[in-house]
Amino acid sequence: MTFDLSIITANADAIWNAFLVTIYTWLAGSVLGLIAGLLIAALMLFGGRPLQRLLRVFIELVRGTPFLVILFLVYYGGPSFGLRLGAITAGVVCIAGYSSVYFAEIFRSGFAAVPRGQLEAGECLGLGRLQLMWRVQLPQMLVLILPSIINMLTILCKETAVLSIITVPELTAVLTGIGTRTFTFIETLLVLCIAYLLLIEITSRAGRWLERRVGTYLQR
Amino acid sequence: MPLSLSPSTSPPAASNLEATPKGPDKASPIIHLSAVGKRFGNHQVLADINLSVHHSEVVCLIGPSGSGKSTLLRSMAFLEEYDEGEIHIEGRLLGWEIDDRGRRKHAGRTRLNQARRNLGIVFQQFNLWPHMTALGNVTEALVRVRGIKRNEAEKRAMEVLDKVGLAEKAKEYPARLSGGQQQRVAIARALAMEPKIMLFDEPTSALDPELVGEVLAVMKQLALEGMTMVVVTHEMGFAAQVADTVVFLDQGSIVTRGTPSEVFRDTQHPRLRQFLQNYLDRNAFWHTTTEQEN
Repeated sequence: MTFDLSIITANADAIWNAFLVTIYTWLAGSVLGLIAGLLIAALMLFGGRPLQRLLRVFIELVRGTPFLVILFLVYYGGPSFGLRLGAITAGVVCIAGYSSVYFAEIFRSGFAAVPRGQLEAGECLGLGRLQLMWRVQLPQMLVLILPSIINMLTILCKETAVLSIITVPELTAVLTGIGTRTFTFIETLLVLCIAYLLLIEITSRAGRWLERRVGTYLQR
Repeated sequence: MPLSLSPSTSPPAASNLEATPKGPDKASPIIHLSAVGKRFGNHQVLADINLSVHHSEVVCLIGPSGSGKSTLLRSMAFLEEYDEGEIHIEGRLLGWEIDDRGRRKHAGRTRLNQARRNLGIVFQQFNLWPHMTALGNVTEALVRVRGIKRNEAEKRAMEVLDKVGLAEKAKEYPARLSGGQQQRVAIARALAMEPKIMLFDEPTSALDPELVGEVLAVMKQLALEGMTMVVVTHEMGFAAQVADTVVFLDQGSIVTRGTPSEVFRDTQHPRLRQFLQNYLDRNAFWHTTTEQEN
């Protein structure tokens, strides 16, 4: 077996760019997904019954569809509905939409975990629904849901690999491309694995650090 | 033998309050409930409650658990929606609006907040926000609701915390405070908004017996200063010493009411006597030991 890392150094620029594309699609998609998820959870909480039902249907539909199929629907099926997106944009939109329903469920459980009495106290002091959500519910539920959010983020990081199917020039697409062109599978796949491992390790470390920071008030 | 829970020497301050309610508008009640009722499904939790609370009056609601006293108190802040009768706070109908056809519908948020503006409420479970310091808890509504600048709000919050004896704990999170201290912070949080009426929902029921005293002391002080108070409590001693009016509820109705001496000493009402006897029985060990000594 030959093991020659020169193929990596020779393509360093392309790999670095692919790494950036992976990070961009992952983070942009996740942030949008988080915002959309919070919005869905809040609307399900405060919106009327019909809206609640509608959102529930949306959640079940997205959860019931494989990510790859969602990707095909948006990227290849989109133009039939007048939705023409570039590959990277389509990737970001899909990650956002796909993750939003999972994030929504995480947020929903978080809202439920903050005792009702704390809201009653705030209500009686004249605080509004949004103020209570922002100042009382979110900071507390963050401590509770942070592990689930971090978990979801690591999953999404790896899901970006699927974007290679719709020609997004991210890590998996570029490295497997180099591999098949030059028959250097071991080297490229090794780098690929290390790259994802690195991202996920950084994420979980940041998560643990955050957990300790936001949880200080719980210490006796 | 007459039932007696009031101390042999009644404190002069309490009887003064009883005699002369202060305040600008002493004639009209600050809280007025007429024919208030509420049901959960088939269960009538409150029925035909008529009650007036005047300026500087201290009203204690007593009764067995499930008698509806907490529901009644929570109705006064519209945390429970009463569905019959009317509750007026300073002349404003609480929680409901009557439309042109005479049907009631929920009052809008601003209107509800307006009616609640002069209410402070203290809960059994304190309901402090655990992610904010004591100071943060007290400051929050001053800044976000009253729109006071943060440093000014903190000054005011410190004054109120000092009043409940917790100025030096201002920077602590609730988890690091004892139950009694937490409840005093909760009282400070309500007081900071300068309410005219304070509602207390079993404020000492979640506390270790040793910590009850410090909370009751703060409440006594408030009563002495002329605060209008409605207190749901199991502390009969407190009710006997501080209340102007004691209201006894059973099965959702007001069974009897009167001054502490009328309710605790002179009542002939069988249900009330039975209820009070339970409190005396709890201290029975005290009598038996003294008897044995004799």
